[in-house]
Amino acid sequence: MPTTTGKPTTLLAELTHRCPLHCPYCSNPVALTRSRGELSTEEWQRVLTEARALGVLQLGLSGGEPLVRRDLEAIVAHARGLGLYSTLVTSALGLTRERAVRLKDAGIDHVQISFQDAEREGAERIAGTPSWDAKHAAARWVKELGLAFTVNVVLHRANLDRLAEIIDMAAALGADRLELANTQYYGWAVTNRAALMPTRAQVERSVEIVDRAVERYRRRMQIIYVLPDYHSEFPKPCYGGWGAHYLVVAPDGRVLPCHAASDITTLTFDTVRERSLAWIWDESAAFRAFRGDAWMREPCRSCPRKHVDFGGCRCQAFALVGDAAATDPVCTLSPERYRIDAMLDAVASPEPTYRYRTMPGAAPAVGARAGDEG
Amino acid sequence: MLLAGTARPALWHLARIDFDPVRERRVLLYPEGAVLLNDTAAEILALCDGVRTVDDIAATLSVRYSTDVTADVVEYLSQLAERELVRDANDDG
Ligand code: SF4
Repeated sequence: MPTTTGKPTTLLAELTHRCPLHCPYCSNPVALTRSRGELSTEEWQRVLTEARALGVLQLGLSGGEPLVRRDLEAIVAHARGLGLYSTLVTSALGLTRERAVRLKDAGIDHVQISFQDAEREGAERIAGTPSWDAKHAAARWVKELGLAFTVNVVLHRANLDRLAEIIDMAAALGADRLELANTQYYGWAVTNRAALMPTRAQVERSVEIVDRAVERYRRRMQIIYVLPDYHSEFPKPCYGGWGAHYLVVAPDGRVLPCHAASDITTLTFDTVRERSLAWIWDESAAFRAFRGDAWMREPCRSCPRKHVDFGGCRCQAFALVGDAAATDPVCTLSPERYRIDAMLDAVASPEPTYRYRTMPGAAPAVGARAGDEG
Repeated sequence: MLLAGTARPALWHLARIDFDPVRERRVLLYPEGAVLLNDTAAEILALCDGVRTVDDIAATLSVRYSTDVTADVVEYLSQLAERELVRDANDDG
């Protein structure tokens, strides 16, 4: 495994942490950045120019909710001018038809809209706000404008039993792609883990449902299903390895090897306000920390899978074992795997209570209740 | 599964080919992904218009390279078809 640095292919630009939704599985850090700390239009444009020169081809524009940035069109137009393939990752709240047209004219290639459930009540309960009509209207505009369209649904205990209906809904909306992502326990989702974790039976059923749907919708809708890693034998590779292909710029300009990395409090992240993106990619301590395989210990060090999954997720190792260089505890070869099994065994309660995502100092979402953890 | 010689491959309508000046290669871009193309791959894809058949494309390139490249063409397009980046226009009718 070369430890020399390759070129990144994908940049996730988290334009803001502001968001009209309050999803309890949000992967944003629990300490959210306020709007006055966000990068300016010119700063984002410079970041994209630097990213393109570094080799980035794919751009994700996310948040928070990127639509709250009034300069989104200017950022998209700049990306298009550079030749980036850009995806808007949105809740669709606040999207109007006029804005969709402006974004298309600015050069957005692909729109990914999050949906929470196949029925209004469940969807709005998890989002913590009315959102059903806005999302369905937005989906129609995206299709009408001929943009590439992905439906993204985060799966968890309260919506997994409606998975078949969710898949049919995405097809009826005309999605080109459907991403079914089981909740990953980062950021706010850690706080709500006990309320979000599916049962083993739910996960097993979901695999069968997805297999049938893949056949049924072949060539009409691509279905991408990410199995919950707690239920897997081996961890998932983190974007092809730490600092290998992927980088994230947070709203305040800090550059991270993955969107959850700010949970690793033992690392410090350099910002584009002080350093060039190229320097941060090549030289910064955070990017070098787990690049390649020299940092690995046993059981990863001598494991034949070490270039397949790269020892799994550093953020998860830190969150659950307290050591970012440990083997991902999801791995059944990890001596810490018992922690995961204990959590899986503890899943029981049918009626989850959530701690909703809120900005510091903001009023809590309507209907918010204290979570069981955190 | 290999594509039939009578298949009429076309790029997925959401994918596009661009030039990457950093890697000095053409690249196939699509939602959440990118495939770097060598010159041969780019020439194959340039012929995938949903009208020409796999056999037509193989014949054209075999003449261009003065050697039979049919097996390579079929294999490459079948790989991309497996990933749904290339679709058989015969299936859409
Ligand atoms: S021991 Fe490490 S490298 Fe091997 S499968 Fe587990 S996480 Fe992956």
